[in-house]
Amino acid sequence: MLLVLPAVAGSALLLIPLAALLTRTPWSRLSDLLGRADVQQALWLSLRCAGAATALSLLLGVPLAWVLARTRLPGRRLLRGLVTVPLVLPPVVGGVALLLAFGRRGVLGPLLVEAGAVPAFTPWGVVLAESFVALPFLVLTVEGALAALSLASEEVAGTLGARPGRVFLTVTLPTIAPSVAAGAVLAGARALGEFGATITFAGSLPGRTQTVPLLVYALLQDDPPAAYALSAVLLAVSVLLVLSLRPRLR
Amino acid sequence: MRASITSALVRADLVAEPGQVVAVVGPNGAGKTSLLRALAGLLPSTGTVELAGRDVSALPLHARGIGWVPQSPSLFAHLSARDNAGYALRARGMSRRAARTAADEWLRRLGIGHLGDSRPGALSGGQVARVALARALAADPALVLLDEPLAALDAATKDEVRRLLRSTLAGGRAPVLVVTHDPVDVAALADSVLVLEDGAVVQHGSPAEVAARPRSAWVAGLLGQNAWRGIADETGLRTASMGSTGHVTGHIAAAETLPAGTPALALCEPAAVTLHRQRPSGSARTVLAGQVGELRSLGGRVRVTVRSDPQVTAEVTVGAATELGLADGGLVWAAIKATEVRLVAL
Repeated sequence: MLLVLPAVAGSALLLIPLAALLTRTPWSRLSDLLGRADVQQALWLSLRCAGAATALSLLLGVPLAWVLARTRLPGRRLLRGLVTVPLVLPPVVGGVALLLAFGRRGVLGPLLVEAGAVPAFTPWGVVLAESFVALPFLVLTVEGALAALSLASEEVAGTLGARPGRVFLTVTLPTIAPSVAAGAVLAGARALGEFGATITFAGSLPGRTQTVPLLVYALLQDDPPAAYALSAVLLAVSVLLVLSLRPRLR
Repeated sequence: MRASITSALVRADLVAEPGQVVAVVGPNGAGKTSLLRALAGLLPSTGTVELAGRDVSALPLHARGIGWVPQSPSLFAHLSARDNAGYALRARGMSRRAARTAADEWLRRLGIGHLGDSRPGALSGGQVARVALARALAADPALVLLDEPLAALDAATKDEVRRLLRSTLAGGRAPVLVVTHDPVDVAALADSVLVLEDGAVVQHGSPAEVAARPRSAWVAGLLGQNAWRGIADETGLRTASMGSTGHVTGHIAAAETLPAGTPALALCEPAAVTLHRQRPSGSARTVLAGQVGELRSLGGRVRVTVRSDPQVTAEVTVGAATELGLADGGLVWAAIKATEVRLVAL
């Protein structure tokens, strides 16, 4: 009993807001709303940016996880600690940090200005901000899988004549594929919902950097029902992602 | 193969001919697995490893041409049995199609031709062991390393896979090193026995030599068991051996028999063999007569070789040895109860 009451209260805390959102969603306006140009723009931008951030996380995160799990590089522990920092960092602080690194007046600003590629306040800035918060999810998931993987299969593959690169592609990667997929889904979900770092580093420029969460926030001022409906759409996407993860999280 | 290697955990010099099966035995922690890993290139070592006339010690593991079956078979879980067996051929650049055909041929040879499409997760222990063996042998390795290939199997499967190993490894091109803890494996598979203790080779010789003159108490315990090869008949095992008077046949009675005509081993603990100065009476047992051979003391007991046909080793108390006057030599009768004899099909 001592444990059941807090458990019920905890469930209520999680479920009541979601239920409230669903009851207030103007379902009849949903199709009109989804047809609006600004909404479609935001949806499309969100999908592209989150997709790109997930791809970038995979491209950089899988090798990073491998280095953390399998090498004896000096500074490896420190690196692992640093990788987890964005997980707990307030996203807005991440946005400020990104601005100070890649902004026009940031540390790398002069270089980027000269190259004509300042990412701040562009769709690339959105991708960078989303990757900054999403990458740790992928790295930690994949690193865990690599650390738990016994070396024996990889060693056998080596004795059978496979070079290290081939071993990685034909044995390691297929074996940890479920974890890579789970990590990618987690990273993608985090990227799709990213707000604080994005608005700080890339702004909320309609059609350019205004992703769905930013649009929801903007709509909350002048068209609340539209914000509710769009929120319900994001909720639906989240539920779908959870369902896709379920077989792995067991 | 000619190897002379030193690694942190093991130091060994050994020579093995093509097709020769070397049983690697020794107590836990003696360095058996380390020796295999060092030969495969999985453990840093210095020295030379000459396979098929070329020194591979400077080559990385993928270039050595080794067929390795580790203690846990570690099949590739995401690949079918067929693609597991064909992995080495693919890694060496064979087309997928040709590799699959060759892999199927190996699976058929090992009696699991119908399981090519199965994933490792759906296979039994014995089937997994066979796929691991097919995977190690398919690319015609220059050295085969088997690390306790039968340890994880139940008794019936063990006998079956051992038979398969015997027929598959016989007359191969590559020397075979097989780590084992089972004297039956040594008797059934090995042409020679390499005894490791504390990371060094204590003895390397034929099983008969090592059993007769063990250089350590540990190997005396392991190989002290009587083991006769022969053909099963209705009442036990018909043996054929080179005896003191040339090629002779003998018979060992066993309580539990095998189908007549099966090639088999008869095994019996020396302590279960009784010695007599007069021919003993009684029916349900084997009685062998012969001259007293070598005597060796093992703590409070004496191990006696009787030069009968076939030869038998008995272990008796010091008191019994004195009473029988074994030190004087002469003719003795060795008796073995049929219930003390275990037959293992080969």
